[in-house]
Amino acid sequence: MRLYVQLGIVIALALILFACEREQRIFRNPPPAEQTLNTIQVSGLNPGANPIATPVPPNTYEESAYAVAEGQKLFDQYNCSGCHFHGGGGIGPPLMDNNWIYGSEPGNIFATIMQGRPNGMPSFRNRIPESQAWEIVGYVRSLSGLLPKDVSPGRSDDISAYPSPQSMTKQTPIGVTGNPEQPK
Amino acid sequence: MSSHSVLISEPKVIPTSDSASRLARTWRQPSGFWGWFSNVHHTAIGTRYMVTAFIFFLLGGVLAAVMRLQLTRPENNVLGPDAYNQFFTVHGSTMIFLFAVPMMFQGFGVYLVPLVCGTRNIAFPRLAAFSYYLFLGGGLLLWIGLLTNTGADAGWFSYVPLAGPAFTPGKRADFWAQMITFTEVSALGTAICIAVTILRHRAPGMTLNRMPILLWEKLVISFMVIFAMPAVMVVSSMLLLDRLVSTQFFNPAVGGDALLYQHLFWFFGHPEVYIIFLPGTAIVSSLVPVFTRRHIFGYTLIVLSVVATGFLGFGVWVHHMFATGIPQMSASFFTAASLVIVIPTAVQFFCWIATVWNGRIQPKLPMLWLFGFFFVFLIGGLSGVMLASVPVDWQVHDTFFVVAHFHYVLIGGAVFPMFAGLYFWIPKITGRMMNSTLGHWHFWLFFIGFNLTFFTMHFLGLRGMPRRIYTYSPDMHWNALNVVATSGVAFMTAAILVFLANFFYSKKYGELAGDNPWAAGSLEWATASPPPHYNFLDLPTVNGREALWDAEPDQAIVVGLRDDVPEVLVTNSLDSDPEHKEETVGPSIWPFLTSITVSATFVGSIFTAWAIPYGAPFVVITLIGWLWPRGHSPMTREEAIEEYSHG
Amino acid sequence: MFTLSRIGGLSHLLAIYQASPLNPGRHSTLNPVAPQAGNIEWLYWVIFWICFGAFVITILVFFTGAARKYVRQATPLPPIKEHPADGIAAWFVGGAITVTVLSLFAVLFMSIITGKKVEGATAERNAVTIQVTGHQWWWEATYPNWQANLTVTTANEFHVPVGKKVVVLTNSNDVIHSFWAPNITGKRDLIPGYSSAFSFEVDKPGIYHGQCAEFCGLQHAHMGFSVVAEPEDQFAAWQNQQVAPAREPTTAEEIRGRTVFLTHACVMCHTIRGTDAGSRVGPDLTHMGSRRMIAAETLPNTRGALAGWILDPQRIKPGSRMTPNPMRPDDLQDLITYLESLQ
Repeated sequence: MRLYVQLGIVIALALILFACEREQRIFRNPPPAEQTLNTIQVSGLNPGANPIATPVPPNTYEESAYAVAEGQKLFDQYNCSGCHFHGGGGIGPPLMDNNWIYGSEPGNIFATIMQGRPNGMPSFRNRIPESQAWEIVGYVRSLSGLLPKDVSPGRSDDISAYPSPQSMTKQTPIGVTGNPEQPK
Repeated sequence: MSSHSVLISEPKVIPTSDSASRLARTWRQPSGFWGWFSNVHHTAIGTRYMVTAFIFFLLGGVLAAVMRLQLTRPENNVLGPDAYNQFFTVHGSTMIFLFAVPMMFQGFGVYLVPLVCGTRNIAFPRLAAFSYYLFLGGGLLLWIGLLTNTGADAGWFSYVPLAGPAFTPGKRADFWAQMITFTEVSALGTAICIAVTILRHRAPGMTLNRMPILLWEKLVISFMVIFAMPAVMVVSSMLLLDRLVSTQFFNPAVGGDALLYQHLFWFFGHPEVYIIFLPGTAIVSSLVPVFTRRHIFGYTLIVLSVVATGFLGFGVWVHHMFATGIPQMSASFFTAASLVIVIPTAVQFFCWIATVWNGRIQPKLPMLWLFGFFFVFLIGGLSGVMLASVPVDWQVHDTFFVVAHFHYVLIGGAVFPMFAGLYFWIPKITGRMMNSTLGHWHFWLFFIGFNLTFFTMHFLGLRGMPRRIYTYSPDMHWNALNVVATSGVAFMTAAILVFLANFFYSKKYGELAGDNPWAAGSLEWATASPPPHYNFLDLPTVNGREALWDAEPDQAIVVGLRDDVPEVLVTNSLDSDPEHKEETVGPSIWPFLTSITVSATFVGSIFTAWAIPYGAPFVVITLIGWLWPRGHSPMTREEAIEEYSHG
Repeated sequence: MFTLSRIGGLSHLLAIYQASPLNPGRHSTLNPVAPQAGNIEWLYWVIFWICFGAFVITILVFFTGAARKYVRQATPLPPIKEHPADGIAAWFVGGAITVTVLSLFAVLFMSIITGKKVEGATAERNAVTIQVTGHQWWWEATYPNWQANLTVTTANEFHVPVGKKVVVLTNSNDVIHSFWAPNITGKRDLIPGYSSAFSFEVDKPGIYHGQCAEFCGLQHAHMGFSVVAEPEDQFAAWQNQQVAPAREPTTAEEIRGRTVFLTHACVMCHTIRGTDAGSRVGPDLTHMGSRRMIAAETLPNTRGALAGWILDPQRIKPGSRMTPNPMRPDDLQDLITYLESLQ
């Protein structure tokens, strides 16, 4: 029996150490040390025969269901839904389809939010803190099923006629040329 | 020492006759690793429930101790808000779903009921085993969740909209909801086994009028479980559906209702606390006659009170919702019902007092715990009278006053009788008496610590301290009382350590108990300690309410059951006349395998709805294995003549 | 040494006395300042003494019975079926049941009567109405007026006139909260999708603390509010002040502070009427300089506390909806000067 007790303790410690990424709650980050903005490449056009893609920053918030759910709340609170509605689009383009004009990678969406885009997307630099922008990025990607199902948020508590991101099937992102995006 | 009997010593029965050795062989349970999972005898399953539930009690207690440390000082930093929320939710869920019901109802019930009925095994033994494995699965689910940061964090009743998809992201509330499913199915299975055993497997002569109060209580509780558990299954499934597949049951924006959750939950929740409390009164009613050396006073009154509590328990649930803004008229109805339900419990108290007054008490350790029960539960019940009053509840609802109240009734009404029952029946289970001196230390440390911690909470609630807060401001002047409350934790921890030391020491070195160390009157004391796997060498018959005290010198025994196949006697529900013999099942691995497939389906359905159609075929396969007909053992010619010649 | 430990012991006793209900203190159900809480306190004490009497009698009878019949003998006595005095005991049991039933009836009737007094629907036409909406983790208060521009919108600090009836209408923006000021009246849950009403009138001027009493998430512990009861003329002055748009900044620091507010993340969540900031996500800050405390009664409204709160709210209320706002020190100082000027 002593063996079973020891085994139990070892398993418990292992579980604690490898706790679920999905469930982490990130309340605060150290103040931003550098701007990630200028390292993000939006399009493929640059001089030279062999373009070297600049690495796009990943979104660590995408592993946390809490962060993506915060993104869902912020999407409404910061009135993104005012133009994009709940992903279906209206004044702004839809976000739940697979057409990504400026790229579907997290860094691309982050740049879109922070820099703004021609034809009406405002720049939210200095308005939306970077950590919250990354949370919104995670949510926007979940709208077209690009996030794993267990991290994607469920339905929200409003009158909503859109399927919850949990139930969206994953769609292959298509870039502005109409072809599936090349891996960067 | 075979591995399956880790906590029970080998039955020390020396077969004195061929019949005994044949019975021992017929009713033996397998040993070895896989043998442990095939065991279907009620004593093994009952002890497993008790041990597992006690481990969860210890784990839940550790959480509580850390919570008390956090609340000792204002703006303390032992636990942050996220950790504290997980701690209090898992503490409450563990204590209610993984300790109180499995220990009080399932543990004591599965172990004692067949022995007190005078039969060889519980009805539906494989269902009883399956229920245990499901309970264990549910407990592991919740605690693995806590250890992987997926601990439920919305309170043990997990109200919506907080626990809904919008405000609890991730899988925490889903783990909680499926733990409910596991433990609820487990309790239902046990309830069926116990109810059928009590109704149909009693010893001949044990009419309803002569049935020990323990059996009456377990019968009433079984029916309460059968009616209450489906409500919580429904509500937890609705929560899961809202979270996983976007149903709108609780979404107020589109016509759902947040209050519906509370009604459905508390329709289960209130009977649940009586499911926890009635086994406590069962233990009290069983022990008081033994230690006052007389039949209990007011048997009929007590039985009627128990049945009345069972019914009335379903009519008071809205007293958990007095602050929600429901109309005054309906609230007053539930005040009346909540006050009426005090009456059956008061009747039982008066009958116990009369038994004590007109009996003769000899100082024994379990009786001390009953005194403690009296004192503590009375305070809890009276604070419940205060809470039943709507205006008072408007002030103290959701404060530490309520926390004090329910700890007084739950610890007083379940934990104190549990310790009384453990000191009383562990000699039967292990064959050795527990040490009395250590037991006295255990009692006094626990009693002092408990009152220090929880009596102070009444004052904290009246002074405005709400529940479920991870910290508070120093301006609130709650600091001193919180320090007093935390000081009790040290006493209670010491008490539990003393108990554990006593238990492990006595298991090895305790004085041998013999058949009936307390000279008690019920049937479990008519066999060896620990009981052999066939329970009784000769199945008894019963002449009165205390079977052994009222037995004639030449009391009849049951003959005619075969001893080469496991056979039990099925009797009439009311008069317990023998009706027919039934062959029951021997050891089987299928309950365990079915619990694996069912658990996998349940756990998978947390993550995807596809788990149900993918898991169902496996469940069906294991059920087919379980239910595959075994046929009957061939009858001897004499038996066939007897069976078929009576028409 | 001896003297010092005596003093130490006394101060501990004093602390326990101050904490006990013998000294109700400021924030307590047993320190009523409104007839609603007063009625409930009266009912509580009546039920308490009934229960106390029941407890004392039951325990005395039980332990007397146990002590009388204690037999100090190890071997078990032969059991008996019934005792000759069982008939007499039956009469006592019957009597006890009757007394219990009558006491419970009394409790029931007193509860119903008190409930009607506390929750009495008010026919008063001049009641002050407050619409309270619970948010995670702050309180929004609107004083509706038939004239839209006289509607007061504020947060966390409710002013009420002394002696006048106040009607509270409840609602919630997200999860279930509960509005509870124990000195004033019982609590009422704020349930999304439901609106209920309750009323009270405060008899004594003063500042009374309240707290959320239904678990609502990570910062349930820090969701407090205060009810400021003041004479009618002061209340009217407060209302007029709250209705006005934000005070225009006069000094250079204040003007710079307003610019900081409008160019940082603040405008995404907060409203200051009279400027371009109009978001309803967080509390209305139009007159935040006049409030006693900030962050839902968590911190005092001082420069230092405000600075700490703005820079890093997650240190103080981890999990709350406000993000850290790193900014240059001069910007922060100007911002605080501006906010403090919003009287």
